[in-house]
Amino acid sequence: MEYEAVIGLEVHAQLLTDSKAFCGCSTRFGAEPNMNTCPVCQGMPGVLPVFNRKALEYTIRMALACHCTINEFSRFARKNYYYPDLPKNYQISQYELPVSEHGWVEIETENVKRRIGITRIHMEEDAGKLIHDETRPVSYVDLNRTGVPLIEIVSEPEIRTPEEAGAYLRVLRSMLVYLGICDGNMEEGSFRCDANVSIRPKGAEALGVKAELKNMNSFRYVQKGLQYEIERQQEVLSAGGTVVQETRLFDPSTGRTASMRSKEQAHDYRYFPDPDLLPLRVEPQLVERIRNELPELPAEKKKRFIEEFGIPAYDAGVLTAAKELAEYFEETVNLFPNPKAVSNWIMTELMRQLKGEEYGIASCLVTPTQLADLLKLIDNGTVSGKIAKTVFEDMCSTGRDASEIIEEKGLVQVSDTEELRGIIRKVLDDNPDEVSKYVGGKKKLMGFFVGQVMKATKGQANPSRVNEILAQELGTRGAP
Amino acid sequence: MTDLYELTAAELARFLRQGKASSTEITRSFLDRIEKVEDKVKAFITVTPKLALEMAEEADQRISSGDVKPLTGIPIAVKDNMCVKGYKTTCGSRILADFVPPYDATVVRLLKEEGMVILGKPNMDEFAMGSSTETSCFGVTHNPWNPDMIAGGSSGGSVAAVAASEAPTALGSDTGGSIRLPASFCGVTGIKPTYGAVSRYGLVAYASSLDQIGPVARDARDIALVLNLICGHDVRDSTSVPTEFPDFTTFLDKPVKGMTIGMPREFFEKLDHPDVARVIDDAKSTFERLGVTFVDLSLPHLDYGIAAYYVIAPSEASSNLARYDGVKYGHRAEQFEGMIDMYCRTRAEGFGPEVKRRIMLGTYALSSGYYDAYYLKAAKVRTLITQDFKKAFETCDAVFCPTGPSPAFRIGEKIDDPIQMYLTDVFTIPVNMAGLPGISLPAGFSKDGLPIGVQLIAPHFEEGRLIQLSSAYQNETDHHLKRPSL
Repeated sequence: MEYEAVIGLEVHAQLLTDSKAFCGCSTRFGAEPNMNTCPVCQGMPGVLPVFNRKALEYTIRMALACHCTINEFSRFARKNYYYPDLPKNYQISQYELPVSEHGWVEIETENVKRRIGITRIHMEEDAGKLIHDETRPVSYVDLNRTGVPLIEIVSEPEIRTPEEAGAYLRVLRSMLVYLGICDGNMEEGSFRCDANVSIRPKGAEALGVKAELKNMNSFRYVQKGLQYEIERQQEVLSAGGTVVQETRLFDPSTGRTASMRSKEQAHDYRYFPDPDLLPLRVEPQLVERIRNELPELPAEKKKRFIEEFGIPAYDAGVLTAAKELAEYFEETVNLFPNPKAVSNWIMTELMRQLKGEEYGIASCLVTPTQLADLLKLIDNGTVSGKIAKTVFEDMCSTGRDASEIIEEKGLVQVSDTEELRGIIRKVLDDNPDEVSKYVGGKKKLMGFFVGQVMKATKGQANPSRVNEILAQELGTRGAP
Repeated sequence: MTDLYELTAAELARFLRQGKASSTEITRSFLDRIEKVEDKVKAFITVTPKLALEMAEEADQRISSGDVKPLTGIPIAVKDNMCVKGYKTTCGSRILADFVPPYDATVVRLLKEEGMVILGKPNMDEFAMGSSTETSCFGVTHNPWNPDMIAGGSSGGSVAAVAASEAPTALGSDTGGSIRLPASFCGVTGIKPTYGAVSRYGLVAYASSLDQIGPVARDARDIALVLNLICGHDVRDSTSVPTEFPDFTTFLDKPVKGMTIGMPREFFEKLDHPDVARVIDDAKSTFERLGVTFVDLSLPHLDYGIAAYYVIAPSEASSNLARYDGVKYGHRAEQFEGMIDMYCRTRAEGFGPEVKRRIMLGTYALSSGYYDAYYLKAAKVRTLITQDFKKAFETCDAVFCPTGPSPAFRIGEKIDDPIQMYLTDVFTIPVNMAGLPGISLPAGFSKDGLPIGVQLIAPHFEEGRLIQLSSAYQNETDHHLKRPSL
């Protein structure tokens, strides 16, 4: 039987507010353990939460970008469970009345566009971190992260493949970063994903029994975990077994998932409205203000890049995936107004340097000005396109200017007609057989002669001038 | 000459301003009194003489420099569920027996800014769960009028301290009657302000949507003075209401002629104690003499008050008390195997039976599949009770009823019968459910010589009206002036 997977994703994104969701403590990452804490986020007896309205504004930004409805009234609820990284032993979250619901985002896989529904986006607070002593059976708790504002973005179970899941996550991350509300760092945990996955016979309406997958802390792991889990469930069903509802942990070292807790062991979170916080009212004016202040989002930017710069849709997609890369592109085009050349260079040479990771641009040593300068040097014939590639590699590893590298290494292109003519004549003199074959009609040998000239000039000859002069010289030798 | 400890806060303030006594002298007088009678009353978990004398000295300096506020230099006892930075705040529980908070509750900050003198931390039912101050892990507080009797609860220590002249004023907290009931049992005046009038920041939560801090004192004048100090919006408490409060002393000595008081028949149908019935009748006559008209009215959903309360309060408590897990502060079991066992043993050792009972009740009520039938239903009852009162206040200025169904009962009498204990709060719980202000006034004595209080309830933020009625009543009667012999 052929099966299809039904995948729903729960994404947690840490908001980039200066202070925590319910107290005034800093959210700065990397402080000494428990330095960014106060009685409120330590869960001391008698403390009360006070909601950070900035977190609300950030949440509304994402909700609007995902075409969600913003609820005028929403409520904070307590999610009760015991864990030492949760000082109150309940998490302030939203349950029955989230701040926003009913949205969608568009994803694209293999040139097929699909809308994935967003069930809800709600606000909550993050937990702390446990630090386990490796020499003794003792654990410590660091509450710096406790109370950092999060949004949880819950998708409809409309994702069908691990690839779609990857595309969906990339779209969400891209939007969050564009909106300036999350740094999107999956490895550091500021962007996290849990998945609900089940399978059913292709074409069936009824949903199968789902497993919840956790601990997939990279895009690759999400796809691998889902792939493994889908195959595992198929094997179970094919062998006549039944899938059990459970929570499973992905193990990056094996690429497998393993049962963490069964349905029977599942937590009953005993949600109820948090009596310490009033119902949250979002004034329509606030929503309108935020809507008007929304920046250009990835999909809009992509469309504009295609129209304004005449670059292919695929290129525009890559260039706009990360906000910083799109800005890099635009800045470079401003300085060197040949969008196609800039796009080509970024898509090939720069992406190779970034190992295909758009967000790597943040740590790239070459500034848009430096790239534009390099492109100008190619354009005015100072350096050949081929040589420029090696120059660019140098720039990426040292951050130096192109002109400095070209000068130091003597990589200036040979464009001088008389100099080139001398070299070309020598090449022709040294290869009389090929010359006569060429003259006899084997025009393909042109490439051979160009290659020889390039070899003789260590690649620094201006290729168009070489072609030009070669044609002239071979023409003279063609006459009987 | 009258001993200083026998005076009210207002009288002491006058003494201070007139230079007849210093805050240090006043404080010493109360500390001596505590020394003398505390063995019989056991009102305090912690007495803080050093802190008190330091604060008194500071107050005296302020007074001599002319920086005097109405309650500067006046002693107060602060129920042991309000955080005082650097001093034990135990909530009457083993789990917090050694807990020293690193911050001040907002009310404590206000007392300090005023220059009041903190005498100590009075006893209370564990986490304010009880009506008799018998569930405290530090022992029972005795009724100053009869040591065999309970003082009432949960603010039994605060109230007994005032009744025994161990403090002129005290702060209590009231979730279902915890200020008013003991005030009635001990013959003092106690008010639960409107929910949201006094900041809860630093009040260790029992049931967050019902808890409210309020003053205990001898008369309405002192109540007004303390309310002036503690009522007000606090940005640290999202449920505190951003509203302006009047000067409550302006309601003192104001005539009440022409006011209307409602008598809810559902309350009076329950009244089966002859002494309480007599006291109620006397009080009614007094008010009538003052020109107040009484009207009969109905609060139809009152009967469901206790049932709904014992769903909502334990539900919130089960979550509020989850933080006491031995991880961060408070008691931690010495012997355990692994994390879950550490939680279980810590909590098994740290909490008393009544707290455990309510945690279990609340945990059950919030469980998946039961939430709608219990918590949600109770929340709806709460709305109905609130609407009942709202309707009642269309025909009257205040509602009048007993504070407790009986005078103080014997120590041990109800401790093994939780239902009987819970029913003690039948007249007070609806007021918390509706978030209204309610005051208990000393209104007479039982034939056995135990104080009996009456309760007045006003619309939201009409504490002034309660002060007005109470002051008029106390100007006309002397029940509040009676002191137990200790």
